[in-house]
Amino acid sequence: MSNPLISARGLTKKFGDFTAVNAVDFDVAKGESFGLLGPNGAGKSTIMRVLAATSQRTSGTVEILGKDPELFGPLVRAHLGVVPQQDNLDGELTVTENLYIYGRYFGLSKKFIKNKIEELLEFAQLEEKRDAKVEALSGGMKRRLTIARGLVSEPDILLLDEPTTGLDPQARHILWDRLFRLKEQGVTLVLTTHFMDEAEQLCDRLVVMDKGSIMAEGSPASLIKQYSSKEVLEVRFGSDRNKEIAPQLATMCERMETLPDRILMYTEDGEKLLEEITHAGMHATTSLVRRSSLEDVFLRLTGRTLIE
Amino acid sequence: MSNAVDIAMNRRSTAMYAGRPYVLLERGWLAFRSTNWVPVVTGFVEPVLFLLAFGYGMGNLIGDVTTGNTTIDYTLFIAPGLLANSAMNGAIYDSTWNVFWKLNESKLYKTMLSTPLGPLDIALGEITWALIRGLVYSIGFLTVVTALGLTPSFWAILAIPAASLIAFGFASFGMAVTSYFKTYQQMGFINFVLLPMTLFSGSLYPISVYPDWLEKIIMALPLWHGIELVRAFWFGEINSGVFVHVTYFVVMIGIGLFVTSRRLRALFLR
Repeated sequence: MSNPLISARGLTKKFGDFTAVNAVDFDVAKGESFGLLGPNGAGKSTIMRVLAATSQRTSGTVEILGKDPELFGPLVRAHLGVVPQQDNLDGELTVTENLYIYGRYFGLSKKFIKNKIEELLEFAQLEEKRDAKVEALSGGMKRRLTIARGLVSEPDILLLDEPTTGLDPQARHILWDRLFRLKEQGVTLVLTTHFMDEAEQLCDRLVVMDKGSIMAEGSPASLIKQYSSKEVLEVRFGSDRNKEIAPQLATMCERMETLPDRILMYTEDGEKLLEEITHAGMHATTSLVRRSSLEDVFLRLTGRTLIE
Repeated sequence: MSNAVDIAMNRRSTAMYAGRPYVLLERGWLAFRSTNWVPVVTGFVEPVLFLLAFGYGMGNLIGDVTTGNTTIDYTLFIAPGLLANSAMNGAIYDSTWNVFWKLNESKLYKTMLSTPLGPLDIALGEITWALIRGLVYSIGFLTVVTALGLTPSFWAILAIPAASLIAFGFASFGMAVTSYFKTYQQMGFINFVLLPMTLFSGSLYPISVYPDWLEKIIMALPLWHGIELVRAFWFGEINSGVFVHVTYFVVMIGIGLFVTSRRLRALFLR
């Protein structure tokens, strides 16, 4: 990648004996939407804090716009918009005041911020809440305000840590739409998530992480193509029978995963496979044919599911 | 390149300081406008109540007080001490409980440190805010006391800069100590120290009544230096003692600022 905005080589972070991030390499290009996908405890948030210049790495190199965040902390932070996992809005202030004072932390002029606020309130769909205190907002509104706040300094890179965790499905879709608009405007997004649908929706490219290491890297489509089959047949035979019947099924497909509650069979044609199973005299209690997803990629790479 | 980056480049901000402690004052003012006024007024009224109860109540029983070779009315004796107390109270309130809240509950400082602001901006800004509160309290108290005819000389106006120094010292030291506390129980320790210091530091009677060793302990504590500083100006007795008291507070301010900014960095920029 020529002239990446972010570049990490051998990035390692230890807390005492525990290695949270283990020799990780990645680059992020300008205008790209880059994701870190993995379960809780994979080291995603730790990487985000290192990129945000608020945590010091144990070893390795990191450059953000060519600068080491440890040596140029304030300058690097001036380039970034940060949306942390937990909303940390200023509860003593109103919506507008939150945007205003955050801009002031960056040293922006009052006039610049006043104009910017109107634009951001519209973006976050919070015009009617402009004078409300933060506590009066719903979870989705708070998250949109946190994102708007991160944009007040017109950052080159927006860091989003688990942007939709804890939101209801409707609020998630509104948020995805807003983030998509930012992407269209050319803002570079770096986000962590443990939702495969979110990663598929928002990321141009992502790394799959587990236990502090990168397991695979690529676009959602290429990862699915590389590590999974076109379709997946999910069958249930009842909790006791799943294990019993599994050896018989194993011979019928390319690959199979036996989970406690269901069996996943990887194949190019799910309907056809289901017919074959029925033909062989095995009757599944329930069955479902679906497209392969990043969840299957993760299962293939780690033997575990994303949300445990 | 965005505006924010230009600003960060021009100011040549260091890891510790972006040169913008005033944005903390701006934030303080925004939050203060919608704050609950009851604790603010209480903090101001407290020393006035002390003055009324002790000065006009007990003062009638006590009559005059002799310190060194001067004899003065008891109410007049306690007024400067209570002014030093009010400067301390105002500064302590914001720099301990409010700082504790912003460190551990609202995580405000963590948020600020994810912007180009540095730990020294936060320390200086918050301490200045606390100092302003201490100063406002003591100006209020001075006004009340002057209206009651308890300011003997024009020198008493110097009690204002003295009060700022006292407030600055307590604010920076208070914030430094608070930065080490994680629980409400630990915060209780602050009151455990402040109450006896308030009662025994010589605002209500001369510390010469103590045995020698106790007098020495009191003279090592900041409030005694504050009270003596205000008293020196109050009665126009400017001597070498003033220099010692001022130095004491300058050192206290320096230590407080140094420790607070180092602590903020250790807590949020590991």
